[in-house]
Amino acid sequence: MRSVIFRTVAPFLTSLMVLFSIFVLLRGHNEPGGGFIGGLIAVSALAVYGIACGVETVRRAIYFHPMAIAGAGLFAATIAGLISIAARVPFMTGLWIYPSLLGVEVPLSTVMLFDCGVYLVVVGAISSIALSLEERGGE
Amino acid sequence: MDVAALTLLALSLPFVGALVAPLLTRLLGHNAAWILALFPAAIVLHFMRFWPEVSRGEIVTGGYEWIPSFNVSFSWLIDGLSLTFVLLIAGIGTLIVLYSGGYLKRHPQQGRFFSFILMFMGSMLGLVVSDSFLMLFVFWELTSITSFLLIGFDHSREAARRAALQALVVTGGGGLFLLAGLLVIWNVTGVTQLSLLMSFGPEMRASPFYLAALLLVLGGAFTKSAQFPFHFWLPNAMEAPTPVSAYLHSATMVKAGVYLLMRLNPVLGGTPEWQLLLPLFGSATLVIGAVLACRQTDLKLMLAYTTMASLGLLVMLTGLGFPHAIEAAALYLVAHSLFKGALFMVAGIIDHETGTRDVTKLGGLRSAMPLTFVIALAAAFSMGGLPPFFGFLAKEEIYYALPSLDRRAMVFAALAILGNGLMFAVAFAVALKPFIGAKIETPKSAHEAPLLLWLGPALLAAKGLSAALLSNLTHQLVSSPMATAIAGEPRQITISAIPHIGMPLALSCVTIALGVIFYLNLARLRAFIATILSDIGWGPDLGFDQFMRGLVRFSVALTRRLQSGRLDVYMTATFVLVAAVLLGAPLYYGELPRAPFFAADVPVHELAIMAIAVIGLFAVVLASDRLTAIVSLGIQGFAVAVIFLLYGAPDLAFTQFMIETLSVVVLALVMTRLRLSPSDHRPLAQTVPDLTIALACGIGFGLMLLKVTGVPFDATLTDFFNLYSKTVAHGANVVNVIIVDFRGTDTLGEIAVVMVTGLAILSLVRLRAGALRRIADNDPDAEERA
Repeated sequence: MRSVIFRTVAPFLTSLMVLFSIFVLLRGHNEPGGGFIGGLIAVSALAVYGIACGVETVRRAIYFHPMAIAGAGLFAATIAGLISIAARVPFMTGLWIYPSLLGVEVPLSTVMLFDCGVYLVVVGAISSIALSLEERGGE
Repeated sequence: MDVAALTLLALSLPFVGALVAPLLTRLLGHNAAWILALFPAAIVLHFMRFWPEVSRGEIVTGGYEWIPSFNVSFSWLIDGLSLTFVLLIAGIGTLIVLYSGGYLKRHPQQGRFFSFILMFMGSMLGLVVSDSFLMLFVFWELTSITSFLLIGFDHSREAARRAALQALVVTGGGGLFLLAGLLVIWNVTGVTQLSLLMSFGPEMRASPFYLAALLLVLGGAFTKSAQFPFHFWLPNAMEAPTPVSAYLHSATMVKAGVYLLMRLNPVLGGTPEWQLLLPLFGSATLVIGAVLACRQTDLKLMLAYTTMASLGLLVMLTGLGFPHAIEAAALYLVAHSLFKGALFMVAGIIDHETGTRDVTKLGGLRSAMPLTFVIALAAAFSMGGLPPFFGFLAKEEIYYALPSLDRRAMVFAALAILGNGLMFAVAFAVALKPFIGAKIETPKSAHEAPLLLWLGPALLAAKGLSAALLSNLTHQLVSSPMATAIAGEPRQITISAIPHIGMPLALSCVTIALGVIFYLNLARLRAFIATILSDIGWGPDLGFDQFMRGLVRFSVALTRRLQSGRLDVYMTATFVLVAAVLLGAPLYYGELPRAPFFAADVPVHELAIMAIAVIGLFAVVLASDRLTAIVSLGIQGFAVAVIFLLYGAPDLAFTQFMIETLSVVVLALVMTRLRLSPSDHRPLAQTVPDLTIALACGIGFGLMLLKVTGVPFDATLTDFFNLYSKTVAHGANVVNVIIVDFRGTDTLGEIAVVMVTGLAILSLVRLRAGALRRIADNDPDAEERA
């Protein structure tokens, strides 16, 4: 894309969208949102960035190979399930802790870890497809 | 630790050994064999503790629950039969590990070899102690897989790869017959454990499914134990390094089929079918194997064919149903494992020290290799059935069982004498001929084998002698309990190494005389058999190749028919099927929905959104170029998402928005990649059917949705999730809680699918068209043409 305006705005837009996707991911348990939706928003952000500034820039920006991100997500989701076994409850039982950070009670759970795994798998797998298509499309 | 835990540990020891073997070999080189041999030795020591119970004729069972809900357990059954097998497997295994240490000394992949052979040992042990059917089947197939690895160990050679694949196809395929047979038995009797099955003999034999179960079990046993006409994989498996042949193809793997028949003898045995099929195939294998053995000049191949013949003899004895036949089978099985293991290792030593295994190129080795000569002779005496070796006891018992005035018995006695005579000749051709006569120059100058090489065969040969000399003890600990287990009723073996005048001894003498005649005329015999074979010109080995080629041809032709490789054909097929199911089923059952109910006052904004969706449709259909069509598809998608939002499904709407956006992006990227012409040039003859299919699918879905919404809504699940989402799962967003908590395992599976799909698409995108064509052409005809 040659448009100067688009190329100038794209990085900001992408950062905002990624930030928003994480927000959507984390609020998902109580309000509309969650790993799937968050992941899709993040992929759209990367797609926008890719269209504006080229695939190479995106690959540099996310640093890891997209499939590695997806793998890490699947791993995290599996670990989230296995933690329950270590705690001697059936696989995938949600476990919650409420540590207090800086005086604020923060609910953390294996469910949240699992949702983050879903997010990463969606981001990794779909952006990997989109990026590789975009890369060869230009040839 | 209690006995059960120790037994479990013993059964897992070989796999532990397999895990550490590569590392140990890297550290210690071939001397790692001394440490690795401790693993099977420990197993021998552990299982010896069952001797007191087992020699009293008791059956020791134990184990752990595996999947209790399916009545599947990890349990073992130790009686005379399985204990003998365990001791043979682990005992000979110990010696084989030591022997491989010397045989593959300085081989770059010795660690891997140790690993494979220990894994095989573990599978074989598991097979013979298995009590539950499932475990038996799993270990049965594991032995096929590990033997595939071992036979193909020298994987850079084409012949080794072919032999490995052949063994896997034949024995692994036979395993599927076994599985089917076990399922039939399970359905008839309702038990899944061998120890419980033993009392179901009468029910099983009276069942109308008896013949099916028998044929299926025989399909498994005959392929594994290389019975004619499935024998061809066994000689081909001689492509493996000699320790493998000595272990798998003499004492263990090929005996698995015989083990199975012996194990099921109390349940399936004793019927006319059993007494017809087993002796028929067994005796055919015996004679054909012995004849083919005489034709060979390669030491290992000669031994391989006699192994086949011995397996035939064992199957025949198991099936005959005469008094003492079972005892004879038990004795011969033990004797064969001892002498055949030793002879194979001797053949390996000769090959290793002289550089050739061709019996016509060997001679006069006795001065260079005196120790090997003594070992070879001791083993050959046992194989030939000469006193005072254990093979003599076995042979006497065979001839004790066979002769009577019954015509059937006479036929089998004659066949047994012929087979044994030929095997006698081969035994001495292997063990005597290379050592006597004039010295012949060999590729390597011959000298005596190192300790690691001769220790194994020496101990086996010595065992063959001592077992015969201490025959009372042997019978008490090994043979009698084993025969009892096979027969399913108490049996006592009394035969000893001292010859006594009688019919058996006379037949033994006839056998030996016959054997000596064959031995002296071996060269003439060999030429004669070779002429006959070349006249026939076809064998099961060739048949296997033809079968495999035919199979590949068939699947190529079928694939070409089903998989045209054109996307539009796939899509047409898929959507025609969808339309047929959606429209056909309600029409057939007369369950079309009633006329839909339209609300009187639809708000204006909802009507507007629906109008947008319809406009989107027309935009897609009427778009002049493809890119516009894709983008227009988004219009309709967004309109639907807004409808979701209005009806209180924000999560769904949200996802729909994102999916619409991304699919437009991805589709547009795909379009640019495919370099399609920008507009659609389909002729009318194609547009009309496509339109019909599209309309049929649309109407079908519409009708289905109308029907579904016409049914009163069942709110049980909604209520459940609304009630418990906050209280149990601490989340107010029910949709998200279902995804990540209530049905989290489903989601785990789904994201795994997402990832695998991503990988698949990634590799498809990366492949170039040329590479794709090369992969697709896995066609033997094409290779031949090229």
